[in-house]
Amino acid sequence: MIRLSIAAMALASAAPLAAETHSIVPGANAQERLQEALILAEPGDEIVLAAGRYALTDGLSLDVDEVTVRGAGMDGTVLDFTAQEGAGEGLLVTSDNVTLRDFALENPKGDGVKSKGADNIVYHRIRVTWTRGPHPENGAYGVYPVESNGVLVDGVKVTGASDAGIYVGQSNRITVRNSIAEANVAGIEIENSRNALVERNIATRNTGGILVFDLPDLPVMGGGNVVVENNLVVANDTPNFAPPGNIVANVRRGTGIMVMANDRVLVKDNILSGNPTAPIMVIAYTQPFEDERYNPYPRDVTIGANLIADGGYDPQIEGAEMLLQAFGGELPPLMWDGLGDPATTLRVAPEITGWTLNLPAQGQGLAGAQPSPIRDVPAPEADFDREGIGAPSALEDRLGS
Amino acid sequence: MIGRAVFGVALTSALAAMALASKPQMVNDLAVRDGMPQKLSDYGFFQGNAGDQRPVEQVTSYRLNTPLYSDGAEKLRFVYVPSGTIAKAAGADLLDLPVGSALIKTFAFDQGQDRRLIETRVLLHRADGWVALPYKWNAEQSEATLALAGGRVDVTTPTGEAISYRIPNKNQCKECHGLNGAVVPIGPKARNLSREWLSAMVETGRLDMVPEGADVLPQWENRGSASTAAVARAYLDVNCAHCHRPLAGASNSGLDLRWEQDDPHALGVLKRPVAAGRGAGSHLFDIVPGRPDQSILLYRMASDEPGVAMPELGKATVDVEGTEAVRKWIEGMTP
Repeated sequence: MIRLSIAAMALASAAPLAAETHSIVPGANAQERLQEALILAEPGDEIVLAAGRYALTDGLSLDVDEVTVRGAGMDGTVLDFTAQEGAGEGLLVTSDNVTLRDFALENPKGDGVKSKGADNIVYHRIRVTWTRGPHPENGAYGVYPVESNGVLVDGVKVTGASDAGIYVGQSNRITVRNSIAEANVAGIEIENSRNALVERNIATRNTGGILVFDLPDLPVMGGGNVVVENNLVVANDTPNFAPPGNIVANVRRGTGIMVMANDRVLVKDNILSGNPTAPIMVIAYTQPFEDERYNPYPRDVTIGANLIADGGYDPQIEGAEMLLQAFGGELPPLMWDGLGDPATTLRVAPEITGWTLNLPAQGQGLAGAQPSPIRDVPAPEADFDREGIGAPSALEDRLGS
Repeated sequence: MIGRAVFGVALTSALAAMALASKPQMVNDLAVRDGMPQKLSDYGFFQGNAGDQRPVEQVTSYRLNTPLYSDGAEKLRFVYVPSGTIAKAAGADLLDLPVGSALIKTFAFDQGQDRRLIETRVLLHRADGWVALPYKWNAEQSEATLALAGGRVDVTTPTGEAISYRIPNKNQCKECHGLNGAVVPIGPKARNLSREWLSAMVETGRLDMVPEGADVLPQWENRGSASTAAVARAYLDVNCAHCHRPLAGASNSGLDLRWEQDDPHALGVLKRPVAAGRGAGSHLFDIVPGRPDQSILLYRMASDEPGVAMPELGKATVDVEGTEAVRKWIEGMTP
């Protein structure tokens, strides 16, 4: 008996300190109580937000590794930032291995949830809503992981962002899945990032559905190795409401999936309909630039089989009427600006028809465009190497009920 | 037994009083080096009436040539370097303060005839790095208490604006003081400290030498005698560059507003925004030479709206003087 209890003690002391649960309920001083819990949490702890509406006046922040923040469902626990007086986002996460799940943020003044330099983060069933719908004074991004290694976004819903609903920037090893992006300027945006998997999402009523970008003058560039598949990209026809000056302010209403200045991208098995400018668009960076490290062209972009209906019928492009006439009332579903090395820019499944602007030079707008059908592009290769694409599998383990 | 205990207490306090009288009051190094002291008085940085902010002998007050704007708050700055240690010159950048040091900054507003202390922020250099803690003053002005979650206090600024003043929470301290994941001081950079003060620190044995590159930022109140560019660049360095620099809070913007940055593009000249959102207003570039009213940088400085206003933390009002200084600089740039 004595020996047994000594063994038990040894076992207990070898185990890490028991993780604690910090329970928070709505009501008076929710701001202080919740923020204090976020500060005093230890790695391994869970902060549980009871159902209800939390009236908050300031941004919240988390800077402790391995903490889970769990609500009672994206419709049950609502962090209400309608009266927010300060800070650039609703919740800022700057620590690693954090899990955010099952709660909502409404009407943050800036971004919704921003995680910066926060490796291996999981966003699960988080909702960010600007309740007045599309409006240029809504915050820029709903879910905003940036400069992070390992990002899993699953079951998220964002509505009304004046830039991108789900925005992943300057990151690596990313999965965005099972999420809904509705009535944002950009639904889902993967920017200056590598090894991203965007699958089984719904992007609807945005100005543009899914955007894969690389931009110059950023600390992290060279975006690529991106797979966009099995998404439902429908009725992205909201007029662009982004404040001018932002890169997404240039996105044409009715863009389904757009690939700009990226290296090695696969777009396949998506369902696209009701994207009146272009169901799929592959283009070079549109602006002049000076950054010598930057490659403005799309490279090695594969457009596999996709199910496409009624796209390109009302393109927001100069000379639209003439174009529509020339192509028989509806533009072919794939639009290319014609920039980049023709031999290595595009591979297209035979059943996808396309057209090109045949632009003579990058960064000069549509000057000199000579639209024509795309001909003689190579077909996709049998295999697309997916090694290293998507969030690390350890992140999936945190998705359980 | 009880009687003896009472007597013991009385004797102890009498001895303590004698000790106080004969020796200068010492900073409590244990509080600086460990834990989360609940009260500002736990550190022993000040003597006499706490509200008077009279530092003990080991604590030295200082000022910055160009200060950070905080809604016009008066700021009382102090540095503590423990006995037996010495701060080291490290070029124009931050003084290298030894472990055990502390930086103390109190924010105050005038209320009628009186000065009202609102909060005191301490930065403690511990064995495993710097720690930032905010303390909120009580109404009696006799003590400040740890306010991990920050808070809000109604104040009237020197220009007569009634605002809800924000005391940052512990994490928000790091949003500005974070560099490559660690907390670091921002203020006491040699380039922003006067040569006189640095020399006095050397004379009292608290600093090894006056750093090279010291005292180059203009004194804000004498900015009329400095170049437009120097005034604006100093302002941006002090007010913006703790985030807008590589490895800090706004590194992903690509904007680098440090004093030593000399690439115009990195400073924002004809640089497009990345994640500005509606903060861009209707403008295309951070800075358009000769066109302050088309420059996002100035647009955000001149806003007091959360989500647009810059800096995001630490102020609720527009800094009219700072905005003017940056406006002049952009106006003077050749388009």
